[in-house]
Parts: sequence; structure tokens; C-alpha cells
Amino acid sequence: MKNLQKQPNSPVSNESKVAGKMIEMTGLRKGFGTQEVLKDVSLKLFSGENLVILGKSGSGKSVLIQCIVRLLIPDEGTIEVLGRDVNSLNKQELDELRKKIGFLFQGGALYDSMTVKENLEFPLRRINKQLTEKEIIEKVNEALENVGLAEALNKMPSQLSGGMRKRISLARTIVVDPLIMLYDEPTTGLDPVTSDEISALINEVQKKYKTASIIITHDIECAKATADRILMLQDGEVYKEGKIADFQHSNDPIIKSFFK
Amino acid sequence: MKNPIPVIKIKSYATGKSVIIRKKTIEKTLFLTEFFADLGNMSIFVKDVFKETFSRDFEFREFLRQCYEIGNKSLPLIAITGAIMGVVLTIQSRPALEEFGAVTMLPGMVAVSLIREIGPVITALILAGKIGSGMGAELGSMKVSEQIDAMEVSATNPMRYLVVTRVLAATLMVPILVLFADTFGLFGSWVGVNIKGDVSFVLFLSQAFGSVEFLDFFPALIKSFFFGSVIGLVGCYKGFTAGRGTESVGVAANSAVVLASLLVIVVDLIAVQLTDMLS
Repeated sequence: MKNLQKQPNSPVSNESKVAGKMIEMTGLRKGFGTQEVLKDVSLKLFSGENLVILGKSGSGKSVLIQCIVRLLIPDEGTIEVLGRDVNSLNKQELDELRKKIGFLFQGGALYDSMTVKENLEFPLRRINKQLTEKEIIEKVNEALENVGLAEALNKMPSQLSGGMRKRISLARTIVVDPLIMLYDEPTTGLDPVTSDEISALINEVQKKYKTASIIITHDIECAKATADRILMLQDGEVYKEGKIADFQHSNDPIIKSFFK
Repeated sequence: MKNPIPVIKIKSYATGKSVIIRKKTIEKTLFLTEFFADLGNMSIFVKDVFKETFSRDFEFREFLRQCYEIGNKSLPLIAITGAIMGVVLTIQSRPALEEFGAVTMLPGMVAVSLIREIGPVITALILAGKIGSGMGAELGSMKVSEQIDAMEVSATNPMRYLVVTRVLAATLMVPILVLFADTFGLFGSWVGVNIKGDVSFVLFLSQAFGSVEFLDFFPALIKSFFFGSVIGLVGCYKGFTAGRGTESVGVAANSAVVLASLLVIVVDLIAVQLTDMLS
């Protein structure tokens, strides 16, 4: 099998060491009813880096990134995104902040009633109202070319395969030039070849758009291919944080069960 | 031996003593709590819809699309139902009028019944089924497939884009469809009259509209606007607040139809009382 592991001396990895904090999360707690999903989680995301959050299903990974864009409100703790405390923002300020964040949903979340073109135009028309019709078309075409699906312009989401839906969804998030990308299980439900293609795309997006990304996954191959740094969640708590090599050489049985 | 009644032991916060409560009592209390919570949530939802209706950045294109979806696509169904309503009402009413030798009053009686009551209510009930369930299922599936979340994170207000446009489109389109149903109903009635008689269309219309007054027409039109709002609000509320599982899409569609139909009847009852008091 080809080695997809990200090289530690890549330009992006070096950038992340010197650049500023994009996200800082401190003491985050979130529960639903009597079940506590996140227990005192803290993390930092630096400019230009890919942070992979690893953990088994139900460990609170998706809840964590939903708190970052305030789709969920944490019970305790603070989240600073681009220097702004997310939970103290009013609706207008939150919308302004959300314009700088791209969110790739697990199922793609493409709008069923719209064509691929309309799906891409939808955020573009609302986020940047100054754009002319010509500029919108150019940006849509460019985003589709970047994900290798320029021919899908007039297709409906129901005519696309799982991998294509993920790519189009990625195109819809990058079309507005976000500073931060949040990927929720980007390779779940895809075959190994398509998963590798999506992982490669994540790295391309990082290089081309200089985004800082949080990638939620339980797919080790995706983590190896994309991670500059890994944070492992176990039962709603940070279990270990470090470089991919730290995890690969660990003797901890829980970590080993992931990397075997 | 008789089965013991299932009970639960709860410590009272007020007295500190333990009290025994029947499980059935707790179940009934929970049902009531859920009912009032739902009522509260719906009130907040309606308030939010009103607030967003008058906010800036109205989604006009989506509003027009919804008008087309609701109005144009419901028209054949409403036309057929309206025409059949007219025929049936005429055939059923003829024997009663014949007994009193008042068959000439048939067009007028059918016109008043259709315009005042049957046209608006039957049309609203059909649309509660068609567009209420459609909205519940569409928004419910958008919720399940995270499309509403996607809209929210791309800085678009889903309440403004999805709900306000649908509610306003339903409010505008239902009265228009009621007018169509009345028109086709009258045409059906003319056909019904001619099954056992020979009345020209012009004579039929002059007899029908000779009996209809402004007070028959105007309140019916006003209440049709309320029927439209109720159908739109209930359909959107049920879809928007659907759960995360695929099962909840069916539940949202089903409960939207049931509640919207019930509320149409309740609104009609209130409207009839108000019209009666005012006239």
C-alpha cells in the first residue's frame, strides 16, 4: 500500500509553528440530559496546521466541532475563534465569524432541491454580496475544478456518488475562501481509494487556501495522510496529544488498538 | 393474586418525606409537560417567524419559488376537487328543494354554501394534507441530513430562508386556490343542475350571484388567509423541530397534517362565530 503519511517537514507544518492561534478551547464541557459527552476538553489550533481529532464513535468529536460554530452551546468552558469568544457573540457577529469558517458535514449536507451550481452559489451570494454574476461563475468553476468535478456543474445531488457528494460539499465550503476548515468524518462511508483522494484533497486545500483545519475522524489512514498534529479523545476527555509518530510508537493499549 | 399497582417512591423537596406516586400519574404528568412544552416552543417559533418576516434581506426568489410550488402544483388537485364538490352538492341538495318546489333556488344555495363554507374549508383541508405534509417532510429530511445546519454555518438564517418564505407563500396561495376551488365548484354545480334540467350558464351564474352578498364572500376570503398561515406554520414547525433520525421525518409529516387539519377546523369555528357576531 502506498505511504500516504504526511511529511513532517512540509512547508505547512513549519508555518504552523510560527503562526498565531486560530482556535483556543479551554475547559469545554457539554452534556445531553444525564450523559456528559465532553468533560473538560482544551485544545489549540494554529494557523496553517491540520489538527486531527481521533477517537472512537461516541467520544464527543462531532459535538466538539459543532460547539466551535455554535451549532451547540457548551455547558461550560470558553471557545475563542480568531480571537473572538464564540459564546458571547450576538447573532450578527456570529454570522460574520461563521463566514470565515468552512464546515464539511459527514453526509455532505448538499441542498437536495438545488443543482451543484446552485449549491455553490448559495453561500457565495450571501457571504459576499459585492460579487458580480461573472465573478460568481468564475469562483464556482474554480472551486469545482479544484475538487476535480467541473463536469458536475448542472447535476442534482441525487445524481452524485458518495465520494462526489463529499467533493462537491468541499467545493461549497472552499468557494468562500474560509480561514478555518472543520471536517466532520470526511472519509466515513467511502471506499479506500476515494478516502485517499479526499485525504489528498484536504492537504491540497490546506496548501492552496492556507487554511487551518480540524479533521474529525476515526479513519487512521486519513489521520496519517492529513495530520500535522493529533489529539485523541477518549470518553469525552483528551487522552493524548502529539505528532503522528508519538502515536505510532506508543505502547498504550488504547492507542495501539487504533494504530494496529 | 391481583397484580400490585406500579408505584414510584419520590422524596418530597418540601417536606423531606418520601411519597408514593402511581406510575400512571407520572406518565400523565409527563404527557401534559410535553404538551405544554410543545405549545411553548410553537409560540416561540411563531414569534420568531413574525420577527424574521419584517427583517431585512427578504428571500424574494425563494418566496416566488414556494408560491409556484404551492400554487401551481396544487391547482389541478384543487380544480378537480372543487368541480366534484359542486356536482355532488347540487345533486344532493336537489331532492330537498324539489319537495318545496324551490328548485330555482338551487344555484343560489350551492353558491352560498360553496363560497361561505365548503370551498374554503375543503380546500384548506386538502392543502393541509398536501402542502402541510410536504413542508413537514421536506424540512424534516433537511434537518436529518444536516442541510439546515449547513445553511446556518454558512451565515444564512434558515428561519428566514426556509420558514418565512413557505409560511408567506402558503398565506398568499391558499386564498387564491380557494377562489379557484369556488370557481370550479360553481362550474361543477352548473353541470349538476343540467343533469336533470336545462339551464344556460349565464342564467345559472345570474341566479347564483343573485344570492351571494359581499358578507358571504369577504369573511370567507379573510379566513382563507388564516388557513394558509396555519398550514404553513404547522408544516414548517413540525419539520423544523423534527428529531435527528429518519423515522422523525415520517412523524413530522404525519403530525403536520393532523395538527394543521385540526387547527383549520378550529380557525373556521372562530371565524364563523366572529362573522355571526359582526353581521
